[in-house]
Amino acid sequence: MSGNGGQRDPSFEDRLRTARQRAGQEGQGQKAPPQGADGGAAGLGFGLRAGMELVAAEVVAGAIGYGLDHLLHTLPLFLVIFILLGGAAGVMNVWRLMTPTVPGRKGGRAE
Amino acid sequence: MAGTTFKMQPLEQFVLHPVPGPLGTVNFTQANLVMVLGGGLVMALLYFGMRPRATVPGRLQALAEMLYEFVHNMAIDQIGPEGRRFFPFIFTLFVFVLMGNLLGLIPFMFTYTSHIAVTGALALFVILLATFVGLRQHGMHFFTYFAPQGAPLALMPLIIMIEVVSYLSRPVSLSMRLFANMMAGHMILAVFASFAVVLGSLGLVGFVGALVPFGINIPLIGFELLVAVLQAYVFAILTCIYLHDAVHLH
Repeated sequence: MSGNGGQRDPSFEDRLRTARQRAGQEGQGQKAPPQGADGGAAGLGFGLRAGMELVAAEVVAGAIGYGLDHLLHTLPLFLVIFILLGGAAGVMNVWRLMTPTVPGRKGGRAE
Repeated sequence: MAGTTFKMQPLEQFVLHPVPGPLGTVNFTQANLVMVLGGGLVMALLYFGMRPRATVPGRLQALAEMLYEFVHNMAIDQIGPEGRRFFPFIFTLFVFVLMGNLLGLIPFMFTYTSHIAVTGALALFVILLATFVGLRQHGMHFFTYFAPQGAPLALMPLIIMIEVVSYLSRPVSLSMRLFANMMAGHMILAVFASFAVVLGSLGLVGFVGALVPFGINIPLIGFELLVAVLQAYVFAILTCIYLHDAVHLH
């Protein structure tokens, strides 16, 4: 696709269009399937991702808290603290997921 | 009756068995076999696809080129110009996960991405790489990543702790998402397929009833195909985002 990318021969476009019309491919099936599939899949993936972020943060925080308690013999203390921190971290993960500026450009989040 | 001997075991498909032959003695399981097969398929696609080097690509060459350009654009778009350096890594990762997901949909194949050991190792590698890149690029300055600018100083201890937990939760969510999606999908398929088998063994009425779970499985396979590609894409794009964070710090 790098070789002759830019300009296309107009006669090629014409021939392509007539060929597609002959094969019955023009016009139909261009809009409906991508939108239906895309919207549903993206929505489902998004929802699952948000839920997963919440759970993952909580699990990691719980593990850290329990590990610290296990080392320092202070059983409920760090577990309680880190469970709360994990909830906050999970919400922050979801917040970052929802903020449209996240996947990419400069600027980012700290406004 | 045949139905009584059939046991519904939707989890049985995830059990690892050493493959027959000399390799089985070193615990070379069917998961490893499918991994090798997937890697071989990709290399064959790239080698045989690109061999004609045609200006107007044939089908195989178009597939190879589109795969390459898709991941290349994703890396550049998400990470920026520096993404070129990470492209081989992201391409390998994407293709490995995609092959695992897709090959698993073929009957009698094994979905190696349905094991958390595999996805966990991949996610751990991604996070370690991102941390290493961040440390190497920014040195100690990397740790300002956990302290966003503009936050009140009094809240800093709390925010830093939350940020660290959030950062550490990344490999967990990254590996769990892929593993859970693949495992759940294959389990649902197995459950409906066993319904069909059990009902089908109950005579004529059962046979008609068995058509319902069987019919459900047909769109489910299509859905699984979608999930397979989508999850590979999500895995790759999240890797890009984490690398972007490591390169640019925010």
